[in-house]
Amino acid sequence: MNEHQFDNANALVCNRNEDLDRQKGKNRKTVSTEKVLTVEELHVSFKTFGGEVQALRGVSFELYKGETLAIVGESGCGKSVTANTIMGLIPQPPGRIKNGKVLFKGKDLTKLSKAGLRKIQGVDISMIFQDPMTALNPTLQIGEQLTEGYRTHHKVSKANAREKAIEMLELVGIPNPEERLKQYPHQFSGGMRQRIVIAIALICEPELLIADEPTTALDVTIQAQILELFNEIQEKTGVSIILITHDLGVVAKIADRIAVMYAGKVIEIGEKREIFYTPQHPYTKGLLNSVPRLDLKEEELQPIEGTPPDLFAPPVGCPFTARCPFAMDVCDRVYPETTHLTKNHAVNCWLQDERAKLVFT
Amino acid sequence: MAVYIVKRFFMMIATILIIATLTFFLMHSIPGSPFDEERTTNPTIQANLEKYYKLDQPVAVQYVYYLKSIVTFDFGPSIKKPNETVNSLLARGFPISFELGMITILVAVISGVTLGTFAALRHNGFIDYMAMTFAVVGISVPNFVLATLLIQQVAVTWQLLPPATWSSPLHMILPTLALATGPTAIIARLTRASMLEVLTQDYMKMARAKGLTPFRIVVRHALRNALMPVVTIMGTMLAGILTGTFVIEKIFAIPGMGKYFVESINNRDYPVIMGSTVFYSAFLVFMLFLVDIVYGFLDPRIKLHRKDGDV
Amino acid sequence: MVQKDKSVTIPDEWFKPKGKNSDKIETVVRPSLSYWKDAWRRLRKNKLAISGLIFLIILTLFAIFGPIFSPHTVTQTNLPNQNQAPSAEHWFGTDEMGRDVFTRTWYGARISLFVGVMAALIDFFIGIIYGGISGYKGGRTDTLMMRIIEILYGLPHLLVVILLMVVMGPSLTTIIIALTITGWVGMARIVRGQVLQIKNYEFVTASKSFGAKTPRIIRKNLLPNTMGPIIVQMTLTVPSAIFAEAFLSFLGLGIQAPFASWGVMANDALPVILSGHWWRLFFPAIFISMTMFAFNVLGDGMQDALDPKLRG
Repeated sequence: MNEHQFDNANALVCNRNEDLDRQKGKNRKTVSTEKVLTVEELHVSFKTFGGEVQALRGVSFELYKGETLAIVGESGCGKSVTANTIMGLIPQPPGRIKNGKVLFKGKDLTKLSKAGLRKIQGVDISMIFQDPMTALNPTLQIGEQLTEGYRTHHKVSKANAREKAIEMLELVGIPNPEERLKQYPHQFSGGMRQRIVIAIALICEPELLIADEPTTALDVTIQAQILELFNEIQEKTGVSIILITHDLGVVAKIADRIAVMYAGKVIEIGEKREIFYTPQHPYTKGLLNSVPRLDLKEEELQPIEGTPPDLFAPPVGCPFTARCPFAMDVCDRVYPETTHLTKNHAVNCWLQDERAKLVFT
Repeated sequence: MAVYIVKRFFMMIATILIIATLTFFLMHSIPGSPFDEERTTNPTIQANLEKYYKLDQPVAVQYVYYLKSIVTFDFGPSIKKPNETVNSLLARGFPISFELGMITILVAVISGVTLGTFAALRHNGFIDYMAMTFAVVGISVPNFVLATLLIQQVAVTWQLLPPATWSSPLHMILPTLALATGPTAIIARLTRASMLEVLTQDYMKMARAKGLTPFRIVVRHALRNALMPVVTIMGTMLAGILTGTFVIEKIFAIPGMGKYFVESINNRDYPVIMGSTVFYSAFLVFMLFLVDIVYGFLDPRIKLHRKDGDV
Repeated sequence: MVQKDKSVTIPDEWFKPKGKNSDKIETVVRPSLSYWKDAWRRLRKNKLAISGLIFLIILTLFAIFGPIFSPHTVTQTNLPNQNQAPSAEHWFGTDEMGRDVFTRTWYGARISLFVGVMAALIDFFIGIIYGGISGYKGGRTDTLMMRIIEILYGLPHLLVVILLMVVMGPSLTTIIIALTITGWVGMARIVRGQVLQIKNYEFVTASKSFGAKTPRIIRKNLLPNTMGPIIVQMTLTVPSAIFAEAFLSFLGLGIQAPFASWGVMANDALPVILSGHWWRLFFPAIFISMTMFAFNVLGDGMQDALDPKLRG
């Protein structure tokens, strides 16, 4: 049975080749080694009526200039909390950043005052939300929603802000921008609204763009267009992107690196090809196996059984143990250290231990 | 928008017509009304009534003339006071009642919205609990009870404020307080509830992510949306306040239209009851119409018509 | 190529497969409660609503049995004893005719509760028939019936009630009639909304395809599922009817002397508060307010408890 799963993962990887390579040919980016953002050992909890939910339990990763890092995982794994923490949008209370740092331009964002954060929000770091139908204020004109951030941060005249807004709408591909400025959100389609949301996020020319499930609420054809837009914008502006998603298809199209999160921890991180071709964590393999694909027979689709652990009382050891086909006694008891496989590829799993390799041969 | 306004306008006309018709035929059916054969009144009044109601004509003709006089804002004579008409009473009383009503609604909206907004922003905090305790108590104490309690405590026991009449701003405090507490409580609850809902919306998160000032986030993004439900209840609230002026004017001896109306009820001055009811109804229905139009302008999503059954 | 940290500290024997342990896989198990049990469980947690309920139960008991404990009757006058302050003999004092305020307060409770409950019940019956037909039939019937409702909704209710009271003459029956003539509209709207929402559920289609007749569908399937908001509406109708009765009595359109309602008692107290006879006003006022308060918090609590949207 274990053998079978490995085989399956391999078969899947081969089938994926085509998709990944096609993308690679089109926009081969040179990712610099300059760090834009460093997240260190982030712990975030939420107080609820039922007790304290430990949403993030030590999340660390780095983001380089001009790259797209995808954070993937099941719902509730902490990917959106990570995004909101970086953005400074965790409501405190009930949320609390218990530990860790978010380093951006030499500043620890978790230590900034609200006023200090506002100087960064929307200017240096912007965010795109999941549902464009609800992300725009229904009672304000598009023009105002576009320019208000720009005018708050840059103290420019209305006319200048308007020019900038028109420029942004052109960038995201909205025809007749001058007329569109006076319209309200309900006069736009879902795809158009997401383009506007992107324009709003980019108007202050941020260095970092956090996109929280930016295509989940859209039709498949529109999804492709929006992803294409992300690639274009990154080429033009060199913005770094953190992409939160559970959709591996989206990841395959635009990510450079991938971080896999599970139960409030990053359990594997690596370059896109490393994660797709040589996934190490059983959970990562499970995720890849659970994606429906046209070129696989139906019985080869493998959903991961069970549900993630309760984050009110998270397990001491590896949180995936209960669902893991390779679970060992050690997994329950001790959380595995990080194993660095290549420069960028790292995984937290006891299977990397020499002694485990003796067990599973 | 134009179609929407026209549609609302015809609904307004229909409602006023129904009230006018209802009053006419109800009054026709009771003894002691101007239509009763066996009246014992003085000759001036008799002449007034015959002239206004066309008592020598058949009912159908009377009805048509009655509607006609209503359209021309002529609400008929008094049956008890020979030299008074509903119009003369209105001319004297309504400005005062209107003033009381408007001050009340102003106080209620300002304090209710402020209270509700702060309660929502400090959700489950001290201000929230205080505001909501006040609100549920405010809704539960009838205005006439509050008015009498205020007179007894503030005016009689403590002698802080004058107990009656409408002669100076100082005199206006207690009546306004008595009348505005209920509406304030209702607006505060509604604002809080709708504010809490708005605060969880994605566009609020987006506004915060833009790095806007808290003031702009609350006022421009949250309040504007949160106040929509408040606008929709303004019509019915105004009706409540206006009927509330009846008792408040009676209690505080304020010489407004409400006082005359209550008097006319007590001495069964039917033409005055009839005329004031129609006038007040027309006024309120017109206010409802205005509120609908304001709402249409505030919410850009309303284009031509609202869906049936929308509240 | 593979780096390892600190693996020395982990005993070797821990490295053996545990196999898949099925009971380790967590499945979300929640006791499934029926709609009503679940609602009751949540209502019970709302202390304010429960105290409102307890107050109303006690009030009802006193309204029924209270006068028994008093040696005085509601109409018994005793002029030498007029306007006496509360004492061992007259717990809540006496009024200007020397009648016992304590006894009259419980009679007032009877009237207020009776008016409130009757108004809510009659609203309920008319509303459920009108709204049920409108929502269930749909199409033209619905459009027409809703147009009527929309116009009626625009009427200033209290004015119409005053007009009706003037015409019909003040009495308990006419108050209830006047209140329900204007009051059923809100209930009908709510019922219709509920019916529309639920009409298209699959189980209704299912029973239709089994050949169930229309009234049966309404009775068996639609009604149980529409009850939540309707019960809340009924609970909130009661205090507004109590308010309306008191309001009308205060205008001189209520129950006639020598019988008493809280509104009449408050109205009668008006001329004497300047002479310091506070109990005349205090008792009816406090009971009207507390009863409305109790119904309001109970209604709010039921709204929270019965709202299926909040059911996590």
